Amino acid sequence: MARIDLDLAHAYKHGPTHDGDFALLPLKMTFEDGGAYALLGPSGCGKTTMLNIMSGLLAPSQGTVHFDGRDVTRTTPQQRNIAQVFQFPVIYDSMTVAENLGFPLRNRRFSKEVIRKRVGDIAEMLELSAILQQKAAGLTVDARQKISLGRGLVRPDVSAVLFDEPLTVIDPLLKWQLRRKLKQIHRELKLTLIYVTHDQVEALTFADQVLVMTRGRSVQLGAPEALFERPSHTFVGHFIGSPGMNFLPVQVDGSGIHLGEMCLAAPPGRVLPHGALKLGIRPEYLGLVAAHTPGAVAMTVSRVHDVGTHILLSVGFAGHALKARLDADAVVNAPGDTVWLQVVSEHSCFYKDEELVP
Amino acid sequence: MSTLNKPVNQRAWLLVLPVLICVAFSAILPLMTVVNYSVQDIISPDRRVFVGTEWFAAIMRDPELHGALGRQLIFSLAVLAVELPLGILLALAMPAHGWKSSVVLVLVSLSLLIPWNVVGTIWQIFARSDIGLMGAFLQWMGIDYSYTGNAVHAWFTVLLMDVWHWTPLVGLLAYAGLRSIPDAFYQAAAIDSASKFAVFRYIQLPKMRAVLMIAVLLRFMDSFMIYTEPFVLTGGGPGNATTFLSQFLTQKAVGQFDLGPAAAFSLIYFLIILLLCFILYNGMQRVGTQEVAVARD
Amino acid sequence: MTKIKVQKRSIFLLAYLVFAMLPIYWMVNMSFKTNSEILASFTLLPQNFTWGNYQTILTDPSWYSGYINSLIYVGINTVISITVALPAAYAFSRFSFLGDKHLFFWLLTNRMTPPAVFLLPFFQLYTTVGLMDTHLAVALAHLLFNVPLAVWILEGFMNGIPREIDETAAIDGFSFPRFFLTVFLPLIKAGVGVAAFFCFMFSWVELLLARTLTSVNAKPIVATMTRTVSASGMDWATLAAAGVLTTLPGAIVIYFVRNYIAKGFAMGRV
Repeated sequence: MARIDLDLAHAYKHGPTHDGDFALLPLKMTFEDGGAYALLGPSGCGKTTMLNIMSGLLAPSQGTVHFDGRDVTRTTPQQRNIAQVFQFPVIYDSMTVAENLGFPLRNRRFSKEVIRKRVGDIAEMLELSAILQQKAAGLTVDARQKISLGRGLVRPDVSAVLFDEPLTVIDPLLKWQLRRKLKQIHRELKLTLIYVTHDQVEALTFADQVLVMTRGRSVQLGAPEALFERPSHTFVGHFIGSPGMNFLPVQVDGSGIHLGEMCLAAPPGRVLPHGALKLGIRPEYLGLVAAHTPGAVAMTVSRVHDVGTHILLSVGFAGHALKARLDADAVVNAPGDTVWLQVVSEHSCFYKDEELVP
Repeated sequence: MSTLNKPVNQRAWLLVLPVLICVAFSAILPLMTVVNYSVQDIISPDRRVFVGTEWFAAIMRDPELHGALGRQLIFSLAVLAVELPLGILLALAMPAHGWKSSVVLVLVSLSLLIPWNVVGTIWQIFARSDIGLMGAFLQWMGIDYSYTGNAVHAWFTVLLMDVWHWTPLVGLLAYAGLRSIPDAFYQAAAIDSASKFAVFRYIQLPKMRAVLMIAVLLRFMDSFMIYTEPFVLTGGGPGNATTFLSQFLTQKAVGQFDLGPAAAFSLIYFLIILLLCFILYNGMQRVGTQEVAVARD
Repeated sequence: MTKIKVQKRSIFLLAYLVFAMLPIYWMVNMSFKTNSEILASFTLLPQNFTWGNYQTILTDPSWYSGYINSLIYVGINTVISITVALPAAYAFSRFSFLGDKHLFFWLLTNRMTPPAVFLLPFFQLYTTVGLMDTHLAVALAHLLFNVPLAVWILEGFMNGIPREIDETAAIDGFSFPRFFLTVFLPLIKAGVGVAAFFCFMFSWVELLLARTLTSVNAKPIVATMTRTVSASGMDWATLAAAGVLTTLPGAIVIYFVRNYIAKGFAMGRV
């Protein structure tokens, strides 16, 4: 188990000159010992690069990596004692399941007793005990990925387990089961787990802390609640949540927040800088209220979507389109109606140049 | 040939027809001729006598045939024993990416693209003590080397020539197998602290198994049919020390113009090869289907 | 991978490359000497460098016609082999039909036939048909082993293309020929490259049949080279030059298909 400190940047080509050349823009990050972290972001954001730098498969072009205070930047994955699970199963077909699971231990010359016990424990945790003596060839994809996972977890002294989108090839139902398994394992074994994914549901349910990344930039590291309530960047607001946060351009001056023709008071206790800002409010918090409630704005309904568990309301205001998420039993309006929605409240976030205004 | 889930369609025969015609023309017609001759005694173009299996029996008893067959078997086995491991080592040593891999690929494949008689000529020149680099070098080392006079030297030279000529085929096939291994396997092995040998045994060798079977099949069969290179190099000599089956047959057919026995021997030769091919091919199929079943996941 | 291991591999590779190039270098070396120099002294590099041998070959029709003849029949053979192999490989890859496995095996056995076995029948057959001493004769004879090989290689590559592509094309209204030429073929480009390379290779290097079926008009270079003994002894210098020139087409071909071969290796069977 180890604490991982990153202070680095990475560019795949020599002599990077501008931001676009970097696969990872300069960052400074700490992953606490025993924590479950998710690296979340769209394709190409650099999350796999970061994972490979942490595991030692890649050396950063600038900067350092520390494990428990030790500089491991130039060391190999073996020397760092990490385990990594890849997107598709890496299985040795000529061996049995038990031999596959025990492979890392055999290579490190653990005693037969220790190996047998450890393999047994892990197999039980992953529900592989029944097929331990079967040859690994010819098993289903999820069994193979479970074995891959097991190989990553079997070493008792592993400093961190890194996952690179490991559930991509798995059926949705099994995905859910495996995710629960992983959380269970995390609680039991108290390992440092770092999980790369582009699926926010996966990230938010698995991790204690999520790092949101985009185009090489590490945008925000925080607990799922923090990412939801107070996204520190408009990208996080967009990316997290289904649908993402609504954004409205506003002008703030001495008299209040100017939204189109309306002028609203700032939320109590908040002092906002003057100038052009963006107001962000999540669909979940854009609630239906009575007309002329302070902080509310009249909008025109363009579409009503009854999803069953909730209602998705598409509204328009002064040329901007927004979405509101209402309870299933909310009063349903028809397209064309005017509704009043709570735009400014304690849940509203304000952004200047895409960054959150505290 | 993979056997998963293919729809039955007898009209596919139409697609196969052109191939059938070509090969029939090149193979079946001549084969029928050979069968025809093998059961006749052709004393002169107009006088033919049906002799049944007489030629077959005679050939089987012919000590010259036994000699040629024995030499052929030793040669083919020796060739496999050297070329297989050497080819694997070569594949492991060849670079995987970049401009270096292209250059090495071209240089290594060169010997495969030289007409077989030129191969014989190259080694003829190379191995002579008076004008050849290797021959002169061996003389200089104190060895009284002569591939025309000494049977052992002749064997050594013929074997060396074949290794030089054909190892790249094994190498290229093994290289193909290696390239199909995704990087993640090597990365995972590094993370699992696998030794070089473990990587070879559990990752590389299984992947190469299928192509290596192809290599074994091709090399064994081709070496069994070898004619041009040893013919140009040693002419089968000294004496008949390096006369293998194909040359033996050609001598009988063309040199001695004994059509009947030659045809009979041709058939036996052909049947031996068919048998060996059948055995190896089935072995390949079994390995092949296992690969397919695995890949399906 | 530690540095020491990399060095061992590089040393081995280097040693092998030296082994591979040495005989060729020696032949090239000889090709730039005169016969008298060859017989008189033993030198690692030509003392009197001469282009004379190459000149002889390139100006003497009995020599260079050999090259042209070889190129002609190898070209014809490659084209025919690939053309007939493509539909057949497609049939083996996509469909199951009566006798398909046996047919495939039988095809393969033709690749395994010793040409010596068919020497005489071919001789008689082509004489009867009146195709003796023509390029076509050799091209057709070489179909014996090249067509099965082409079918085998192409089938392997075609297996790597998912059948969904065929089905989608059918749904989109493509006729089979159009689908095959415009959709399918580009996808197996690497396979066609590899197959063509091997057809070229095996036809170019074959001696026995090529020599037996030709005498004057279509005499290939391989046959010309086996007759370089004259009254003054073996014409080593010209022979060496001829050897070098015969190796060149192969080197050129492989240079051009090297990317296909590399990609083909990564994709499917060789």
